[in-house]
Amino acid sequence: MKNIFAVAGIVIKELYRRKDFYVLFIVTILICLVMASVNIFNDAKIVRYLKEICLLLIWICSLVIAVTTTARQIPAERENRTLLPLLAKPLTRPQLLFGKFLGCWLACGLALLCFYVFFGALAATREHQWPLLDYFQAATLHWFMLGIVVAMVLLGSLVFAAPSSNNTICFVIIVGILFVGRHLDQVALTLREPLRTVVYSIYFVIPHLELFDVRDLVIHNWPLIPWLYFSLALLYALGYMAVFLAGACLVFRRKAVN
Amino acid sequence: MNSPRTILLLLVALLVSCFGLAAHLQPQFEAWRGSRASGDIFNVVLGDSRRMFAQSFYVKADAYYHSGYYPTMFDDNAAFQTAHMAEDTGAVNSKNHGDEHGFLGPTRDWIDAFGRHFFPDHHTHLDEGGADDDLGGSDNVREILPWLKLSADLDPDNVQTYTVTAFWLRIRMHRVAEAEAVLHEGLRNCPDSYDILFELGRLYDESYHDTDRARNVWNLAIRKWLKLDPDSQKDNRLIFEQITTHLAKLEEDAGNLPDALNWYQAAQKVSAAPEALQAHIDAVQKKLRALIPVAPAKLY
Repeated sequence: MKNIFAVAGIVIKELYRRKDFYVLFIVTILICLVMASVNIFNDAKIVRYLKEICLLLIWICSLVIAVTTTARQIPAERENRTLLPLLAKPLTRPQLLFGKFLGCWLACGLALLCFYVFFGALAATREHQWPLLDYFQAATLHWFMLGIVVAMVLLGSLVFAAPSSNNTICFVIIVGILFVGRHLDQVALTLREPLRTVVYSIYFVIPHLELFDVRDLVIHNWPLIPWLYFSLALLYALGYMAVFLAGACLVFRRKAVN
Repeated sequence: MNSPRTILLLLVALLVSCFGLAAHLQPQFEAWRGSRASGDIFNVVLGDSRRMFAQSFYVKADAYYHSGYYPTMFDDNAAFQTAHMAEDTGAVNSKNHGDEHGFLGPTRDWIDAFGRHFFPDHHTHLDEGGADDDLGGSDNVREILPWLKLSADLDPDNVQTYTVTAFWLRIRMHRVAEAEAVLHEGLRNCPDSYDILFELGRLYDESYHDTDRARNVWNLAIRKWLKLDPDSQKDNRLIFEQITTHLAKLEEDAGNLPDALNWYQAAQKVSAAPEALQAHIDAVQKKLRALIPVAPAKLY
């Protein structure tokens, strides 16, 4: 565990040394403040459009941070020729992978924390309330979704040749799941065999990232998600993280590191 | 050749020719029908595609009206053909049918069943309390306004955007001045709109209690409606019925019973439920008969 945390610590330091997060965070703040300054029929209590824009930007920024940070971890180590010296130390390949995963995931968590604090402050200026449990549920589900994304991209970084192709393919898959993942079964019903079985299989195999998108509940002040289902969703995410990490370990075990 | 003076003169010559060319082309560009330069920022950036975005934002406003419980393109949206926020103003023909509460249908599999805990899962309207079912918070309907405003900016020719915006501004938020400004803006963009005139009349009548202005505006709306071709009139009977019924009520309250009777009868001709108006007609006729002086009976 010590080795894993050591690798994770390096990844987190890399995040706050790079400018990506700061740029995205400042752009989000600026866009939200500009949108907040718009006068809509002289009513200062209108807030939901602002929450929607802010959460949309948070989702986009967090996905960009998660995918781009993770995709360059292993290729960068290989390019800089630091992978071999790293593995020469008492550090196994799975430990390196888990360390990279944990670092990226925790880094995403820290970024999310900043984003959600800003979101809460922005919403509070108009709503004059802090539904902390709602925000906690939304942020936690979001973070666990990013865990699946990080594990998937880490596997992709071992399968695809370059970080750019990995980034592109992962973004297409993630956006595809978020937009049509929930409806693939309905799409399958309209198809003929054997395509129907193929689409149905994809529906049951893919990680349903859209489950973790509870923005509508937060924006429109719906009641809390029952804690049982909330916990089950976290378990569901952990399951997929484990599957992707196991896949990454299997691929990395036979991968040439030089 | 490369002296600074030559370069300077060349630059000046270029500047003069650029200015001359621009001055020559500018009037032609202004006169060109395809020019976007005279339009607003949305027109410049989006061109005619802005109407498509305007429709999306209009639908977005209706999704907000339902606190996010709204069908996607994959769901059964038969009950959402006409925006409910427009339907609830009472001045729009509804094309909705089917179950608005259960467009999701029965759960299809465990992923679908599980997923329904993570998005809005029952039908509500913001003016009826929204997600909280708290009628005290029914002024939350204000949340649809940013999207309606954006939709109106993108497509200034969509009449319904103005009438819906003005209705909710006036009824739930009690912002009559803003509602009137929206309707006047709508009239500037769509001067022949009887829908906007009808809503403006309601505003004068119900909010300002200015019956004279309401009567004038509704009469103008009737004249605009009568200019429609017969097919269009057939499609827009509801608004005609609404205008004539409101005029009839106004005249009845003002004591102009013959006029009231005429308007009720005009409304009855186009109404989908003429028997409901018959009761009003009977009541006005009864009042009229009571007013006609009865000839004194012969004493001898």
